[in-house]
Amino acid sequence: MEKSTGLKTETLYKLFVYVSLITLAASIIIPVAWILMASVKENSEFYGSPWASPEGLHLQNFAEAFVEAKMGEYLLNSIIVTSLAIIILLIVALPASYVLSRFTFFGSRFLNSFVKAGLFINVSYIIVPIFLMLLDWDSVLKMILGEGFFLNNRLVLGLIYASTALPFTIFLLSSYFETLPSDFEEAASIDGAGYFRTMFSVMLPMAKPSIIIVILFNFLLFWNEYILALTLMPETNKTLSVGLLNLMAAERAAVNYGPMYAGMVIVMLPTLILYIIVQKRLTQGMTVGGLKG
Amino acid sequence: MSKTSARNFFIVVCITPAILLFTIFMVIPTIDVFRMSLYQWGGFSNEKQFVGFENFKFLWNDMKFIQAFQNSIFLIVIVAIVTLLFAIFFAAVLTNKTINGRGFFRIIFYIPNILSIVVIAGVFSAIYDPSSGLLNSILGVFNLEMWQQKWLGNQQIVIYSVAFALVWQAIGYYMVMYMSSMASVPASFYEAASLEGASSFKQFTDITLPLIWNNIRTTLTFYIISTINLSFLLVKAMTGGGPDGSTEVFLSYMYEQAYGNSTYGYGMAIGVVVFLFSFILSAIISHITKRDVLEY
Repeated sequence: MEKSTGLKTETLYKLFVYVSLITLAASIIIPVAWILMASVKENSEFYGSPWASPEGLHLQNFAEAFVEAKMGEYLLNSIIVTSLAIIILLIVALPASYVLSRFTFFGSRFLNSFVKAGLFINVSYIIVPIFLMLLDWDSVLKMILGEGFFLNNRLVLGLIYASTALPFTIFLLSSYFETLPSDFEEAASIDGAGYFRTMFSVMLPMAKPSIIIVILFNFLLFWNEYILALTLMPETNKTLSVGLLNLMAAERAAVNYGPMYAGMVIVMLPTLILYIIVQKRLTQGMTVGGLKG
Repeated sequence: MSKTSARNFFIVVCITPAILLFTIFMVIPTIDVFRMSLYQWGGFSNEKQFVGFENFKFLWNDMKFIQAFQNSIFLIVIVAIVTLLFAIFFAAVLTNKTINGRGFFRIIFYIPNILSIVVIAGVFSAIYDPSSGLLNSILGVFNLEMWQQKWLGNQQIVIYSVAFALVWQAIGYYMVMYMSSMASVPASFYEAASLEGASSFKQFTDITLPLIWNNIRTTLTFYIISTINLSFLLVKAMTGGGPDGSTEVFLSYMYEQAYGNSTYGYGMAIGVVVFLFSFILSAIISHITKRDVLEY
């Protein structure tokens, strides 16, 4: 008798667990799948039941989003800004992390805590000062050259993305470099390799797993970022997220849903595909020291 | 070149770009926030005028700021508590080896965290849409028409709608974090406890919770910082602070004042208050949740 009640609570508990797991999973899968479906629906279908499956593949939505809403152009901008930012970040952060974690020199302790303090600076607070700074620089340039350079510039946005990602990236890479034994450097030095040689051909190749995590994280961060892009690109060179924001505002007013959902798919598909390929690395890497913006 | 000067040259070349970029684009703007908060600047004139703490005094009587303050605190408290409970529950469930499909659920639960906040805003606008939205149509299917709402149009409800979206996107992230610290608790502890006849709930409260307590404490600070930040990004993309300021939060009000309204000094004063608030709140929370770290 006692055993059967024990079994019963066990089954009830199991049932409860599975129901809650499936509910949460459904709350994530259904909206995402629904967006994918809605992106190929015709406008008239939006007045019917939201649960109806699309009547056909209305790819016109994507054409409209790409051409009329300029999402194609914005996609290109996003690709350019994100890749520039990642390249700049790696070029700047890798040597800095290596030196900060493995060399002691005058001021090295101060510089380490200086950069680490940056972990507490949240980009949302400093958007407007950055904007005003660029505006200032631009107005000086306009007096000298007749045109501005810093606002609406993809390279500058990439540079700023990279700069704001520096503290976290250096923190992550340093904590990896710290774990390496110094034998490698000694061996390289005995073989006659200079400092640069040692860094490029011995130390950096070993950091490859951490570098991949850095690229993954920052890709997601830069690709999804919108508030800096919105503020610093008020006229031209908008990125995909900002384009989607405009599209959402415009389509809702004009009640033309199709292209809006197509735009959402264009923004989310690259991250979803990347995630499915590397999800294990990403969720493991997060525990190395994850701090979210 | 001698050995030391080669070394110094190497060090300088390696760290200068990073320190320069960090200083120009993060440190100086941060200092600017504090400096500009003491000036009356923008609005109608482009003259900078030093006014001391005048901006802060003005804030004190700004009803819109008070409202943003209330909304932010509400969101921080609700989002932190609800996310914490769900994330710990699901983490505990998914570290339990007898559950099937753990890998699948972990992968799915993490998806909201990789989506752009703009996409999340779009997804939830679609869910909350009063006429063609998913939520109202689900309620219609179950004959619960009286619960159907203008989820983003009703001033009493819209803040809950925002809170729900924030919780939705945060659960997976924190779950993965708790899972990794739960996984490091030695299995022998649980074996010993179940030999003693402790139920799995008892094992959870007496073994798991105390051992991952430090991890939970760290995430409490994350909740504060990320809710302040993400509520701004979500509100800006989804409701624009409306209807009638009922979803205005700290940083959206700051952005509106500083960028939309061009009253830079006043906006930065808001930024300073929010920054100090989040800092002090984190310190207090971290202090009152302090327990002796259990070694294992």
